[in-house]
Amino acid sequence: MKLTLHIWRQRSPTAKGQMVRYDVPDVSPDMSFLEMLDVVNEGLILKGEEPIAFEHDCREGICGSCGFMINGVAHGPSRGTAVCQLHMRQYKDGDVLFVEPFRARAFPLLKDLAVDRRALDRIITAGGYISVRTGSAPEGNVIPVPKEKAELAMDAAACIGCGACVAACPNASAALFTGAKITHLGLLPQGQAERDQRAKKMVAQANVEVFGNCTNIGECEAVCPKEIKIEVIARMNRDYLKAAWKNRESYRDDDPVELALSRGKP
Amino acid sequence: MAPLKIESKLPSGPIEQAWEKAQFEMKLVNPANKRKYNILVVGSGLAGGSAAASLGELGYNVKCFCFHGSPRRAHSIAAQGGINAAKNYQNDGDSIFRLFYDTVKGGDFRAREANVYRLAQNSVRIIDQCVAQGVPFAREYGGALANRSFGGAQVSRTFYARGQTGQQLLLGAYQALERQVDEGTVQMLPYTEMLDLVVVDGHARGIVTRDLLTGEIKCHVGDAVVLASGGYGNVYYLSTNAKGSNATAIWRAHKRGAAFANPCFTQIHPTCIPVSGEYQSKLTLMSESLRNDGRIWVPKKPHDKRPPDQIPEEDRDYFLERRYPSFGNLVPRDVASRNIKMVCDEGRGVGPSGLGVYLDFADAIRRLGRATIAERYGNLFEMYERITGENPYEVPMRIYPAIHYTMGGLWVDYELMSTIPGLFVLGEANFSDHGANRLGASALMQGLSDGYFIIPYTIGNYLASNKLEKVGVSHPAFRSVEAEVVAMTKKLLSINGTRTTTSFHKELGKIVWDKCGMSRNAGGLEDALGRIRGLREEFWKNVKVVGDSNDLNASIEAAGRVADYFELAELMCIDALDRNESCGGHFREEYQTSDNEALRNDELYSYVAAWEFTGVKSPPKLHKEPLEFHYVHPSQRSYK
Amino acid sequence: MSSLAVGSPYDRAFRFYESTVFKKAVMAVTGLILFAFVIGHLIGNLQVYEGPEKMDAYGRFLRIEPVLLWAVRLVLLGAVLLHILMTVQLALLKKKARPIGYVKKDNSHSSYASRTMYWSGPIIAVFIIYHILHLTLGVAQPDGFEEGHPYANLVRGFQNPAVSSFYILAMILLCLHLYHGVFSMFQSLGANHPIYTPLLRKFAAGIAIAIAIGYISIPVSVLAGWLH
Repeated sequence: MKLTLHIWRQRSPTAKGQMVRYDVPDVSPDMSFLEMLDVVNEGLILKGEEPIAFEHDCREGICGSCGFMINGVAHGPSRGTAVCQLHMRQYKDGDVLFVEPFRARAFPLLKDLAVDRRALDRIITAGGYISVRTGSAPEGNVIPVPKEKAELAMDAAACIGCGACVAACPNASAALFTGAKITHLGLLPQGQAERDQRAKKMVAQANVEVFGNCTNIGECEAVCPKEIKIEVIARMNRDYLKAAWKNRESYRDDDPVELALSRGKP
Repeated sequence: MAPLKIESKLPSGPIEQAWEKAQFEMKLVNPANKRKYNILVVGSGLAGGSAAASLGELGYNVKCFCFHGSPRRAHSIAAQGGINAAKNYQNDGDSIFRLFYDTVKGGDFRAREANVYRLAQNSVRIIDQCVAQGVPFAREYGGALANRSFGGAQVSRTFYARGQTGQQLLLGAYQALERQVDEGTVQMLPYTEMLDLVVVDGHARGIVTRDLLTGEIKCHVGDAVVLASGGYGNVYYLSTNAKGSNATAIWRAHKRGAAFANPCFTQIHPTCIPVSGEYQSKLTLMSESLRNDGRIWVPKKPHDKRPPDQIPEEDRDYFLERRYPSFGNLVPRDVASRNIKMVCDEGRGVGPSGLGVYLDFADAIRRLGRATIAERYGNLFEMYERITGENPYEVPMRIYPAIHYTMGGLWVDYELMSTIPGLFVLGEANFSDHGANRLGASALMQGLSDGYFIIPYTIGNYLASNKLEKVGVSHPAFRSVEAEVVAMTKKLLSINGTRTTTSFHKELGKIVWDKCGMSRNAGGLEDALGRIRGLREEFWKNVKVVGDSNDLNASIEAAGRVADYFELAELMCIDALDRNESCGGHFREEYQTSDNEALRNDELYSYVAAWEFTGVKSPPKLHKEPLEFHYVHPSQRSYK
Repeated sequence: MSSLAVGSPYDRAFRFYESTVFKKAVMAVTGLILFAFVIGHLIGNLQVYEGPEKMDAYGRFLRIEPVLLWAVRLVLLGAVLLHILMTVQLALLKKKARPIGYVKKDNSHSSYASRTMYWSGPIIAVFIIYHILHLTLGVAQPDGFEEGHPYANLVRGFQNPAVSSFYILAMILLCLHLYHGVFSMFQSLGANHPIYTPLLRKFAAGIAIAIAIGYISIPVSVLAGWLH
């Protein structure tokens, strides 16, 4: 089949970008979207032009490297699918596709379709973990975890950190990402000790990174390649509000916002 | 350069106490002094991430490098099946010794006993550690950890988190790593690729990196360098590795004096989705667990083009069940792969290319019901349908083997140190624990064992035993390596030929896959060597690399990696040619039993082949590390 | 890291106030108050169907205790102001969080109501001001305002089709606002449940439509001549 692509090309973070049109003949329905871009890039290289930059790695939907907008939808039209597993049989001859990078202030553009998503790492750095020193763990079966809890935790833990939720959100909020980690760890008995601090610190970091606020409209869950539900955002809100209310002594704590600011940007 | 020494430093005495004894004998670094040591960790997957986190916790000053934008993107994340541990929670007779035994035997007696025993011991602590980190392992209704049997093991010792065990273990290590980033003990350097190793006075003292966003070439000084950069499966172009997985870090360390061990030991995974066309960029693995319920078959007659549902039972050949009645479809990976290749070579392969066999769930759906199958494999079936457009509930899956893992890697001693003092190698990047064939659910175990529970002890021993002089980036060794790296990038950009890097890589991959893949023979390997050399020369004259060296440029990244693959592919073929026996993933057609099983030669080849680099155009020098077996006596593997 | 410690309980409260989650919680609580008012106000207003005596008596009843009345009015005013203040702050953040928009953006999942909260809200706010001027203070009553005779004021006002139209439009927007808002306030306060939340969404839709129908019935009845 033949496709027309309009792709955002931008030489560098500071250069001016624009949509550039590419006509792609001979697209096989068995190709993945990224393989189709590979073919375009091979052609560009042979012409001496720079290939279209896009991040990708595992190409099996788990590493979270890939991601851009296709016709205004993060990761394209297939539900529960990262763009690397989107196959061209989704499209038909003559389709016109607009391909743009994820847009958010917290995701500075690097080049073409590649954006810097390290802000998500900093949200994890702020408290998205259980503090356990290597070697200090008790026997694995000492603390039973109800199957249902483990399954729910796994649903949230499936997040691949691709940033599609941010890209799709009209407010560029990272609530689904942040909520997923808070939910994953907050559901497990191992995660209780730091539960309050975790919510406070991670939310503070997301705010400092200038992700927007959540307006509960659910665009994020629609594009999430792992189909994480906005229930995790409610859990984040709950944990955060509880944490704000509890900890009567906590005015002696480290200030999560100051800590978040101190993490700074690279 | 000091002559290369192969000293495995294996502990003496009973194997059960060997690691404890070795730990006790290791020197310790005073807690207050740890922060004075700079450790460079290259790679942030299971091995690198867990190592960086653990070393940071101990108080070392760690810099961790990854070429991805985030350490969480390392390819460990893609491991599906699970992680083995000798917990014996199922009361089915598992033990540390049994896991050890299975791994040595599964590796076709080409691994060190002491290493494997330590791995089995550590497996137990890994599970504890990961549970405490919040890895959401599958649970039973009572809340206890669940297990499944995996990869043909006779006991249920595999722990799993749906089909995303690698992801969850990696996120555990990643979170531990990020915690140390916050503590200030680890500095994370994403978008940074190691391009060379700097050796000063015989010790690894630093690395040279390229910032993938700005192109800046930079030197980093350390007291020790830890490579955990993964395997080299992408030599084959098409593999289940991630597109970015590469051998540059280990290969350039090899060129600086680290011996490369058993390069020809590569693992082919039997259950991958077959290639669909020329544009194919990578292969997708379908979890091995599918073989628990799926039945593998091909038509009895060659070139039978009927659709599968019109081939009656009597015209089908369930060849694994026929040849291996006791293990059936669950034979180890190397055996399954080889048999699949054999039936396809007979013209009985299925699908448009003829390179595929059916993995059929019809019987299992009849027996257990569609719901049960959906519960077990639903996500895998969906993935298969997304990629192929076929519904595996209705039509049998088609699978074909693909390169999945490389058992070979940089040679390391018992302390995971390479032949360059101060250069440690962990995870898939080293050669240590899997011999000639890796068992399912063992890669995650090894990566974490190396990172959490071995390197924290052994690196201390090295640092405490060696007085290293202070060096800075202005040291001549750093200056000259940096200049070489800059020159190579310049050279690649200046060739301006007519072929793309990818076209070279594809051609190389095809040669290596055909001649040094699932089965090898002397003639083919000789032929491959000639063609690889020719292709390498053409590459350096005719490759086209576009763009600038000072920004994000995937074209330069790829060219540098492929340049290394030519040299590595050559070494793989040389090693395969030199090893005149069949063992594990290395099947030499000349050495097989009358019923086409691998024929090992323990008398002549019970050794680790450690190759020393002597120059791109001069033959590598072979060093042999003999293998001794005191606990598991070499026998012919039989899965009949 | 003592230098990073929050100095006093006031600082700490300020930190929470600054967070997006807290702001959304404030929107939820104020939204809940206003939602309760909208229901109460509707129940009161529906007495219009029981005739002028009943309606005017209800008007007098509300004014029996001026302190209480003003307390309620202040709470409502505070809720409105906070609701708006949070909206403005979050809208500014929204703009800041995505300075460069998309050439093409498709909203595939969210409801029309949820995406138009930023429009329905301000229009309702304008309506409330007008509504108070019209029927509480009487300054915007076109044909004369009689203090203490809400029934007459109401009928006279709605006999003007322009007034009724604006009222109806505002009530449709209120319906949309509540359709998303009632679900959203629970979500913002951290209540989401796989079984009850879908029910809540149905309830939200039902009550939003019921409220709108209830309110809209009044100008319609006036225009149709059933109330006079």
